Amino acid sequence: MITAGQKPINEIIELVEPYKKLLILGCGTCVKTCFAGGEDEVAVLASALRLSFKKMARSIEIEELTIERQCENEFIQEASPGIARNDAILSLACGAGVQAMVKRFAKEVVLPGLNTTFIGIQENPGIFTEECSGCGDCSLAIFGGICPVTRCAKKLLNGPCGGSQKGFCEIDPDTQCAWHLIIERLTTLKQQDNLKTYIPPKNWNTSLSGGPRKLIREDHII
Amino acid sequence: MKTYSNLHEKLSMGEFAVTGECGPPRGASKEVIDKKINLLQGFVDAVNVTDNQTAIVRMSSIAASAHLVAAGLEPVMQMVVRDRNRIAIQSDIMGAYSLGIKNILCLSGDHQKFGSQPDAMNVFDIDSVNLIRTVRDMRDKGKDMSGFNLDVAPQMFIGAAANPFADPFEYRVIRLAKKIDAGADFIQTQCIYNMDRFKEWIRRADNEGLTEKVYILGGVTPLRSAGMARYMNNKVAGMDVPESIIKRMDGVDKKSQADEGIKICLETIEELKELKGVHGVHIMAIEWEEVVGQIVEQAGLK
Repeated sequence: MITAGQKPINEIIELVEPYKKLLILGCGTCVKTCFAGGEDEVAVLASALRLSFKKMARSIEIEELTIERQCENEFIQEASPGIARNDAILSLACGAGVQAMVKRFAKEVVLPGLNTTFIGIQENPGIFTEECSGCGDCSLAIFGGICPVTRCAKKLLNGPCGGSQKGFCEIDPDTQCAWHLIIERLTTLKQQDNLKTYIPPKNWNTSLSGGPRKLIREDHII
Repeated sequence: MKTYSNLHEKLSMGEFAVTGECGPPRGASKEVIDKKINLLQGFVDAVNVTDNQTAIVRMSSIAASAHLVAAGLEPVMQMVVRDRNRIAIQSDIMGAYSLGIKNILCLSGDHQKFGSQPDAMNVFDIDSVNLIRTVRDMRDKGKDMSGFNLDVAPQMFIGAAANPFADPFEYRVIRLAKKIDAGADFIQTQCIYNMDRFKEWIRRADNEGLTEKVYILGGVTPLRSAGMARYMNNKVAGMDVPESIIKRMDGVDKKSQADEGIKICLETIEELKELKGVHGVHIMAIEWEEVVGQIVEQAGLK
C-alpha cells in the first residue's frame, strides 16, 4: 500500500484558514489502512478543526465525505456535488489522489492534508515499513526477496557496508540491515551463491531519474 | 612489472608499507594541509586524503590531494559514492589523475545522517564495488562506463576498504573477494583493536587465496584517552574496541593515557608485521598527526 501520515494540525489550519466552506475528503483504500485518511480520520480531523476555529472565534463550515479511491476517476465522480457546495477541498489522500482530484476539478482548490511517505506494509500493528521504491526494474529474485535499493540506506547492491552491526543498520538501531536479512534469507534458501554474484551498476532510467514515468498499456487504450 | 605509484612500487617489492591520513580542513585553508604535510612527510609512503569524512563538509579530497602532490607527498585520494553520481565520479577521476594523483581509495561513504548536514540528499548511484570496477575499466580498458575510448586513461593504483569488525562476519571475506574481483589492488582495513577477530578474518582470506591477490594494509588508530576508546566502541559504527583495551586505558592515569594509546598501537603494528597476508599498516591518527612520526620510528618502519 501507499502509506501516509496526517500533517500537523497547525499546518492544516494554516492551509484551510482562507476558506469558509471546506470539504474534507477521505480516501478509503491505502491511507485508510494506515489510519491516515479513512472515514474515522476524516471525522476526527473535522472535529478538531471545528474546535480550533471556534477557539479562534472564526466560523468555518466543514463537510465530510470519504470515497473509495481518489486516484480513480470513477470514484472521484461521487464527490462532485460536495465539491460544488464548498470553497476548498482538503484531501486526505496520497499525493497521487490529490493530483487526480486536481486533474478532474481544474478550477477547484485542492489542499493536501497528508504527507505521503512510501510504498510499504504494516509489519506489526501500527508499525509500517517501507519495502519498495518503485524503481521500475525489480531484482528481488536475486536478493532472496529483500530489496536493497529500498531497504539499504546506501542502496548497496554488492553486499553490506562496514556499518552493519548485529543485524542492524548504522543509521538507526531500530532499522534492520537489509543485507543482513538478504544473507540470512539466501542462506535459508541455500542460494548463497547469489551473494558472490557481481551486480552491475543499476539502470536508474526506469526510476525517477528518467523523469516522470508513464505506464502505457496499448491493449487498454480506447 | 608496471607500477602505478610509489605506494604500489613499495608493496610490489615486498616491503612493509606505511600510509598515513590527512583530513582536509573545514574551510579553504591551504596552511592546514601544509601543516599536516610537514608532520607526515618522510615518515609514510603515502597519505590518505579523506573525502568529506563522517559526512561533514570539508575541502575536497581532490584539491587537498593536489596540494600533497605539489609538496611531493604521495596522496591516496579517497572517493565516496555518497555525493557523486557516475558522471561526476568518472569526471573527477580523470581530473584527479591529470593533477598527478595516482592512488585512489574507493568507498561507500558515511551516511549523511551522521554529518553536519543531515538534510542533504545522498546519491549512491553506484556502490563502492562498482566504483572500483569503474576505475579499473578506465585504467585497463581505457574506456569510461559508456564504453567510450578515453584519449588518456587514468592509471591509478586502486584501493578499497574492508571492515573485519562489521557483521555478518561470514560475509566479510566474500565481500573482500568481490572487491578484489572488481579490481582492488590494495585494501586498507578499519582500525584494529580486536586482534583475534582480525587474525581470524585474515586467516579466512588467506584460505581463499585472497592475500596473494591483493595487498592488505592493517588499519591502526592510536587512542588518546580511555574516553576515546569508549566512544569509538559505543558510537562509531563498525568499530570494535574490546573491553580489555578499554580497561587497559582506564588503568593508567589520565596524563599517561595518550602514551598508553601509542604503546597499544605499537604492539598492534608489531603483530601485524608478523602476520602472513598483511603487507603494511595504515596509521589513522585522527587530528593527531604529530604522533605519526614517533609511531613510525618506534615501530622500526623507517
